[in-house]
Amino acid sequence: MNRASTEPALGMARRGGNFLRSVVGPFLALILVVGVFTIADNLQVDGGKFATLKNAQNVLVQSAVVAVAALGMTMIIISGGIDLSAGTTMALAGTVLAWFLREGHSPAVAVAAGLGTACLAGFINGSLVSLLRVVPFIVTLGTMTIYLGTAKLIGHDTMVRPFPAQVPQWMRDLLQPTPREHLAWMVFSPGVWSLVALAIVVSAVLRYTVFGRHVFAVGSNESTARLCGINVPLTRIAVYTIAGFFVGVAGLYQFARLTIGDPTSGTGKELPIIAAVVIGGGSLSGGRGSILGTLTGAVIMQVIYSGCTALKQPNSIQEIIVGAIIVAAVTVDQVRQRRLSG
Amino acid sequence: METALLRMSEVSKSFGATHALDHVSLEVRGGEVLALIGENGAGKSTLMKILSGAIGPDRGQMELAGRRYVPRGPHAARVAGVAMIYQELNLAADLTVAENIMLGQEQHRCGVLRRAAQRGHVRRALELLGRADLPLDLPVRNLSMADQQMVEIARALALETKVIVFDEPTSSLAQDDVESLFRVIEKLKRAGIAIIYISHFLEEIRRIADRFLVLRDGSVAGGGSLAGVSEAQIVSLMVGRNVDELFPSVPHTPGEVVLSLDALAGRIAPKEATFELRRGEILGIAGLVGAGRTELLRCLLALDPVRAGTVRVLGTTPRATPRARIRAGLGLVSEDRKNEGLAQRETIADNITYSRLAPYSRFGWLNLRRRRAAVQAWMRQLNVKARSPEQPVEHLSGGNQQKVALARVLHQDADVLLLDEPTRGIDVGTKSEIYRLMAQLAAEGKAIIFVSSYFTELLSVCDRVAVMARGRLREIRPAREWTNASILSCALGVDRASE
Repeated sequence: MNRASTEPALGMARRGGNFLRSVVGPFLALILVVGVFTIADNLQVDGGKFATLKNAQNVLVQSAVVAVAALGMTMIIISGGIDLSAGTTMALAGTVLAWFLREGHSPAVAVAAGLGTACLAGFINGSLVSLLRVVPFIVTLGTMTIYLGTAKLIGHDTMVRPFPAQVPQWMRDLLQPTPREHLAWMVFSPGVWSLVALAIVVSAVLRYTVFGRHVFAVGSNESTARLCGINVPLTRIAVYTIAGFFVGVAGLYQFARLTIGDPTSGTGKELPIIAAVVIGGGSLSGGRGSILGTLTGAVIMQVIYSGCTALKQPNSIQEIIVGAIIVAAVTVDQVRQRRLSG
Repeated sequence: METALLRMSEVSKSFGATHALDHVSLEVRGGEVLALIGENGAGKSTLMKILSGAIGPDRGQMELAGRRYVPRGPHAARVAGVAMIYQELNLAADLTVAENIMLGQEQHRCGVLRRAAQRGHVRRALELLGRADLPLDLPVRNLSMADQQMVEIARALALETKVIVFDEPTSSLAQDDVESLFRVIEKLKRAGIAIIYISHFLEEIRRIADRFLVLRDGSVAGGGSLAGVSEAQIVSLMVGRNVDELFPSVPHTPGEVVLSLDALAGRIAPKEATFELRRGEILGIAGLVGAGRTELLRCLLALDPVRAGTVRVLGTTPRATPRARIRAGLGLVSEDRKNEGLAQRETIADNITYSRLAPYSRFGWLNLRRRRAAVQAWMRQLNVKARSPEQPVEHLSGGNQQKVALARVLHQDADVLLLDEPTRGIDVGTKSEIYRLMAQLAAEGKAIIFVSSYFTELLSVCDRVAVMARGRLREIRPAREWTNASILSCALGVDRASE
């Protein structure tokens, strides 16, 4: 007992027992990164462009695509899985959406088709993982290529370009960094606010529902979950399907920015999505992760890119820094785990 | 008077605030067998880890053959002449007998093996064991368990060895093999080797050991020559109180049948199990490691695939999924708290309520405040010591973790509790609490299946005891018709007729 009571209250913070710490914690790294870049930027002769509202609007819009897909990825990673097909699924959803628009269907039908396709892709991932009992890494490595091929099939190996008139105005507004005059009161773009709303919902589902508890149980210890009568395969399938939905939303966001359906636009995007979750404290061994952390992770990566641009650093340097941050985040996670289990 | 070959004096070791060992001293002479006895968690394995160099002591000294002995690691200990034979064999299944014996102690010149020298060491070791008949170039995969153990012992003898520690060596052996192991130990004694023998079976110890040392809660509780010491005396040294105090009794009487199995068979074990269990009854299941007891419980909850047979719970025949079996009224406490029994990183509240969240949910949304109150009530009732229901289970002591696991099956309101080694690795005080809890639950009308390797607790707690051997349920009798010895011989597969 003595031992238990002298342990640091890490778990407590994670569970919201210490509310302040759990809310501020994930933001610390972000605040740190923003602070460093602000100072460095202001030391430049022609600086002062980094810490501006305009740049904040840009950064948030640029991180929204990755962030919204990472909401689903957080659930998958908490449940002990991974989804390498998130990137190509996103492009597939965008391509399907573009195809429906070009064929003259209403935007509502096109969006539904895009989201539905992504959900189906997630459902297939989940079913294969659960029923074939193949590890998620391998299953989604396979479906990653399958979904890329499917998207190319739909686009006849090229981009799907709806006519400008076929793309509704709200879709164009969705990810405008600075909202146009009648939406100016929003300050940030509608897509960013939708992301916040979705994030609150997912966060609440993870914390306050039976399903959320089951997701943590499956990821934390699958044997225990089985022992307790939790339907592990069904939970997995549900997690992947819901994650598919968020990847579909990411596809919609991507389309809103490009206004074309590019089957190859998602290739490689799974990595920043996974990185966002990991930087945000998600553990690839399952059982841990938080929505707030993931959002911060997605924004941190974009802040670094943006900050380096403001400091006139080349792309290469930006990538090295982001990579280093990912390794550092995972190392911190490992050290923390070892301390907990030691 | 011959001086001790190995002397450990005033050895202490703490993990955090837990005193795993508190000024423990031990001596063994060459040609002597010292039995090391103690409950799980008494400090036996910590003491042996220090001896074998796996961990270092905080305080205390060791002497080997009159010289200061400070092993820097397992290999250094091995070179100094201290060898360990573990319960689980550590052999590379695809390597040959000779390769396994020399594994990690290869004779070489500049990295090139000296084959002839190696084979000389191997032959000498096997001859010392009287097992020169073992084929040197056969992969050990093809050997029986007993012969594999011989290879393991030969490995200990290949280099010059002064002390050999046997850690529960008989738990996976058949009776005949136990006999030949004892003959080998006699040979080792005559060769002047000092032997430390760890076992739960007091009969075995009485046969093979000269002296004994009892550890309890990290300290020496007693020891001396085995001659003239009764089994009850040793047991009370182990548990630190009289046997009656350890096993509080609450009167309970069996009622209607709640669980009946008919020829239940799993993929490997159980081969065939048929019995009935009544309300208010505690049925013990005894047997050695690998007898199929855990598998029987897992088949009951359908965690392992069921090959044949039926399970009826309270008149229903639930489908073979854990969920259906739990709904029907079964609940399992796993033997493996760390990897299966509890989700270690999750909170006490989650772990207690995983199997039954329904009372706190409406349309899938949880009322966390109501759940917290319910969890606190269970924690009070079972006397779980923790700061709050939100504390992760991993920081709790073994005893408190076990109470959380028990709280879960109670919270799910199971009618039939399947308890797999519920007292393993926990302190004596908590054990006693768990025995009392089991008796109380039986008095309230729960039916309990209690699997244990510790026969004394089975005989003291259970109404009936069944013995399993090699996957078969061999015999069920009222507890008072069994003795430690009769359970052991039944578990070892000795026929009663030939006793």
